[in-house]
Amino acid sequence: MNRHHKMDSADRQNRLDGMAQGLIGTDVPRPDGMAKATGTATYAAEERREGMLHGVLVRATVPGGRVADVDTDALAKALGDDVTVITDARLLQVPAQGTDGKAPPQGPDLVHYVGQPLALVVAPSFEVARHGARLLGIRYEGGEEGHFDPEDDATPTELRDKKTVDIGDLDAAMAKAAHSVDAVWRTPGHVSAAMEPHAAVAWWEGEHLTVRSALQMLKFNRDELADALGIPAENVRLLAPFVGGGFGSKLGISHEAVGAAIAARQLGRPVRVVLSRQQVFEAVMRRSETRQHLRLCADEEGRLTGIGHDCLVSNLPGQDFAEPVIQGSRFAYAAPNRHLSLRLARVNRTCAGSVRAPGEAVGLTALENAMDELAEAIGIDPVELRLRNVPEEDPTDGKPFSSMMMAEVLREGARRFDWQRRNPIPALRREGDPRREWLRGMGMSLLVRGNILDEAEARVRLLPAEDGAPVRAEVETDMTDIGTGSYAVLSQIAAEMLGLPMERVTTRLGDSALPPSPGSGGSWGAGSSGSSVYLACLELRTRLARALGCDEGELTLRDGQATGGNHSRPLAELLDGGTIEAVGHIEPGKTAKERRQATYGAQFAEVEVSRHTGEVRVRRMLGVFAAGRILNSRTARSQCLGGMTFGIGMALSEELEHDPRDGHLVNRDFAGYHIPVNADVPQLEVHLMEERDPWANPMQSKGIGELGICGAAAAITNAIHNATGARVRDYPATPDRVLAAMAVAN
Amino acid sequence: MNPFAYHRARDEQDATATAADDGTSFVAGATNLVDLMKLGVKTPGRLVDITRIEGLDRIERTDDGGLRIGTLVTNSDLAADPVVRRDYPVLSRAILAGASGQLRNKATTGGNLLQHPRCPYFQDLAMPCNMREPGSGCAAQGGPMRLHAILGTSAACIAAHPGDMGVAMGVLDAAVETARPGQEGRSLSLEELYRLPGERPDIRTVLEPGEMIRAVVLPPPPGGTHVYRKVRDRASYAFALVSTAVVLRLEDGYIQAGRIALGGVAPRPWRNPHAEEAMTGEPPSEALFDRVANILLAEAVDRSALGRDGAPGFKIDLARRTIRAALWQAVERSEGGAGKTAGEAA
Amino acid sequence: MQTPLKTTLSINGTRHEIEGDARLTLLDALRDHLGLTGSKKGCDHGQCGACTVLLNGRRVNSCLTLLCMHDGDEVTTIEGLGTPDTPSDLQRAFVDRDGMQCGYCTPGQICSATAMIEEIRQGWPSHASEGLEGEVAPTPAEIAERMSGNLCRCGCYPNIVDAIADVIAEEGP
Repeated sequence: MNRHHKMDSADRQNRLDGMAQGLIGTDVPRPDGMAKATGTATYAAEERREGMLHGVLVRATVPGGRVADVDTDALAKALGDDVTVITDARLLQVPAQGTDGKAPPQGPDLVHYVGQPLALVVAPSFEVARHGARLLGIRYEGGEEGHFDPEDDATPTELRDKKTVDIGDLDAAMAKAAHSVDAVWRTPGHVSAAMEPHAAVAWWEGEHLTVRSALQMLKFNRDELADALGIPAENVRLLAPFVGGGFGSKLGISHEAVGAAIAARQLGRPVRVVLSRQQVFEAVMRRSETRQHLRLCADEEGRLTGIGHDCLVSNLPGQDFAEPVIQGSRFAYAAPNRHLSLRLARVNRTCAGSVRAPGEAVGLTALENAMDELAEAIGIDPVELRLRNVPEEDPTDGKPFSSMMMAEVLREGARRFDWQRRNPIPALRREGDPRREWLRGMGMSLLVRGNILDEAEARVRLLPAEDGAPVRAEVETDMTDIGTGSYAVLSQIAAEMLGLPMERVTTRLGDSALPPSPGSGGSWGAGSSGSSVYLACLELRTRLARALGCDEGELTLRDGQATGGNHSRPLAELLDGGTIEAVGHIEPGKTAKERRQATYGAQFAEVEVSRHTGEVRVRRMLGVFAAGRILNSRTARSQCLGGMTFGIGMALSEELEHDPRDGHLVNRDFAGYHIPVNADVPQLEVHLMEERDPWANPMQSKGIGELGICGAAAAITNAIHNATGARVRDYPATPDRVLAAMAVAN
Repeated sequence: MNPFAYHRARDEQDATATAADDGTSFVAGATNLVDLMKLGVKTPGRLVDITRIEGLDRIERTDDGGLRIGTLVTNSDLAADPVVRRDYPVLSRAILAGASGQLRNKATTGGNLLQHPRCPYFQDLAMPCNMREPGSGCAAQGGPMRLHAILGTSAACIAAHPGDMGVAMGVLDAAVETARPGQEGRSLSLEELYRLPGERPDIRTVLEPGEMIRAVVLPPPPGGTHVYRKVRDRASYAFALVSTAVVLRLEDGYIQAGRIALGGVAPRPWRNPHAEEAMTGEPPSEALFDRVANILLAEAVDRSALGRDGAPGFKIDLARRTIRAALWQAVERSEGGAGKTAGEAA
Repeated sequence: MQTPLKTTLSINGTRHEIEGDARLTLLDALRDHLGLTGSKKGCDHGQCGACTVLLNGRRVNSCLTLLCMHDGDEVTTIEGLGTPDTPSDLQRAFVDRDGMQCGYCTPGQICSATAMIEEIRQGWPSHASEGLEGEVAPTPAEIAERMSGNLCRCGCYPNIVDAIADVIAEEGP
């Protein structure tokens, strides 16, 4: 029996608040926590299979052309017959983009970027396979054509027409504005850098393929893998019960799963392929670098009269994905004159795709720097400037907001951070003594991120008491937990709805044989799969109510006891030894089109900057967030900490460096690509605000996984300005860039 | 990683004799060698493991009041040694500014001095690199380098010595004591130990085949105020963009003796006696420290091609600023009380 | 071809004799030969700390050392620190403080913290220490600096620092 619901109208029943178990929203610990803390949670590469072989991918060392010859002589001479070289035409050129559901470009004989996997060397041990991969000789032909710099005049670009917003007359508004900002920002490429490298273990049973892998979206990944291999999707099963982080990098099927599946088929044995960290950097998705031209203009009172945001991003030829930089600028602030555009340059660099919060992460950062500059130009407080420009409705398409907490997060953040202590004059200009090396400054930024609901199914089962054990519930969906807290949140929803303590709910995830969900990505995971669990539980409640003899609306479930309509019986009695189960099915509907749904945050940072060396240390940072109902305050807080930490990295240290001559990724390891370490991050403070959004989903929750990064970096660079007077518009704010900006400013 | 023969050396004689053969590498902490072997950058046919040789893991007083540090003393033990903390604090500070707790537990004194540059072109087999493959070219000079050298470089190589410990040892006038196959070992100052790249960046030291560092010897403590200032791209666990080791003796407002060594900017820890002489007998001032920086950086040239705007590179200016910051820090610490040290300033 | 080598060492108190390729790292030996997969491979180059184990009581990156160099040594992995039923104080504190999200860096963090607390007790200074001598005050800045060899991309650092501070406070210096 199923319960289906389509979000065609606001769901104001708000049933969760009426439940009795008292778990929803609380800081329930993640049930998988102890397995992770003791090392008993196993990840893809840890799957052990009898007779398993090991595969190592071989990279392209040129950025274009065709593979003329794969020379295996040296390899065969050194390693003999134990080693197999696979150059199957089905090997991927690039991983699939998120939610593609079909194979990405295949065929390893055509090279598009340095680092593209061209062959797979398979051997009985990892040590031998790695050695073999080194011995493979690849000869290339052709490939002189290539573009490596998105800003080079010779690089082909195309305007993404459908993204363009052109309302009013921005040029005229800029010309007659009382105050304006007109400048160019640049953000470098970023990578997700999930700590678990991409890994797959594949094995076949007859025509049936099973792959244990590190993936975020099994429903789509199954179709992608089947399509890549040319087999029916029904014959593919994917397993990903634990995934060591994703942040977009594991949205689509990638080289290792396809390679392992092909090799396992060919050799008749299980095959494991794990990307080296360097391969994860150069063969999996990067976030495009951006060039962002911001124009803001305002009247005397600081009301925006115009917003211009014209951006250049890049990707490989033929790739449709373009970092949607202007996504947040569509609705962040009211302004009658608007010009937003996105241009895509075609370069031979590692494929660009989704990295945590594509679009807003970098777009809001530049917009929020520009707002800080505008506040300075007008001479009003940066928080006040934002408060004066809270939109009444989506300023681009006129849709009403579903619920919106922009003003509230700004005010609450300012209060909690003691923002009023900030002196608007940069410390460097106030502090004359050159021996006072470290200059303090405070900055803030607004964060916005669109909210998305996607189709999801989940099965919930109530199991009778047996062998002295009480009634338990099981939740099943192919949803993944990539650190986001799915195990905790889905168990929590079921426990709340069914009136059971947390420990009596078990959630099974990460198996494509379970009911399909949209997976983890786009911050939609908890809202979508959570709603399907909620619906399944609603169906079970209806049946329990019938058994008890009351309406579902009257039913109270708590600690395994059902009460309603003057009856009260233990669940064990109601089930009477039987199991009941239901599948919940949520579908997005008209609410997605009729309302602008978004989450809001405000971040505040205090930094110290060395006037001598330009080093920056973040001393204090607060994030205030509103994302509808918070399902689990602990895992939600942790997601926000993660977003803020990404923000610190984006602000201060993260940068993909490409060689201008062949586009290759120069810093393709953790020694060269600097994600924040513990010492970069102070004891961050997170405050979650109460909100309900009936347009989002029946639980009235919104996604929170990416919000923390959407503009976070700007709070830090704005604080650098408040310390030094410098405007760092070229990210990241490494010592040299801070010094350069200080030289310009002073 | 290529196959290799593994030999666990019994003693120094066994180690040096075995390692004299072509294609043999010593291994101790392994943190740099195994890293490079995995990348295929280093392909030794044999490893001589010296970690079981007795007596190389001690820190001892020398007759003249200096310190003799066995080659197998780990970075952690050296930084935490009570005598080093008290008498050579710049050495503790430098070590603690490098790598991570885990790496410092494994990395050894001799291995640290001999570690390879972290040039990404050296580490990438697809790229021309004269250090890895003599005559193939130096691709780093057209790339977006941040860890490159600006002093002591050549047209063939711009790789920098990446270590921190060595910079402090440089400022402390350390010498390495070696063991050689079939003959007496010798004593080499750090200037003597490291070769500048010239035409042959692949030959990084004057050590002969089979010659092994058995100890580092520090002269008696120099006194004064010790500062190690490291500027890097994040707060910890990153190689230096620029680092500076300073030992300064300030009395009655005058510098009695000043020493300064630079890291992250040259193929070896970099000192210049003229810069140090310029400080002697002078009161600290902006002008003086500018002069010190000018002398140290007089020959500096930035051969990297940085970024999209073709800017001349940041490193010379950053080095100048780091020198000034470190010297002022030393002055302040001296004024605040003798013997103080400084690492992280903020 | 590589000739196999035999190495005998103690892992979590149990003697193991492993015959393997000389190129086998301690990490790959633990994961692939002994099934002790709690130690993680995040970078294989000593740049992330996910592989941290205790070697003769000290924390090291097991990815950067060769098994054959550790004949006679004592290794403790995350599995040796505690189990889900009998977790160590740090393991429990990491769960209590949500010092993890994806969990991949977590065993390395906990092994590292276990040894790091001992380093503080022994009075080892750090880059963040005001002075080099005397007792170490386990401030958040001290803990953060000392834990900087363990990357966490999920961004759990503040929770990790809290978890470690809890254990130090409970157990005393």
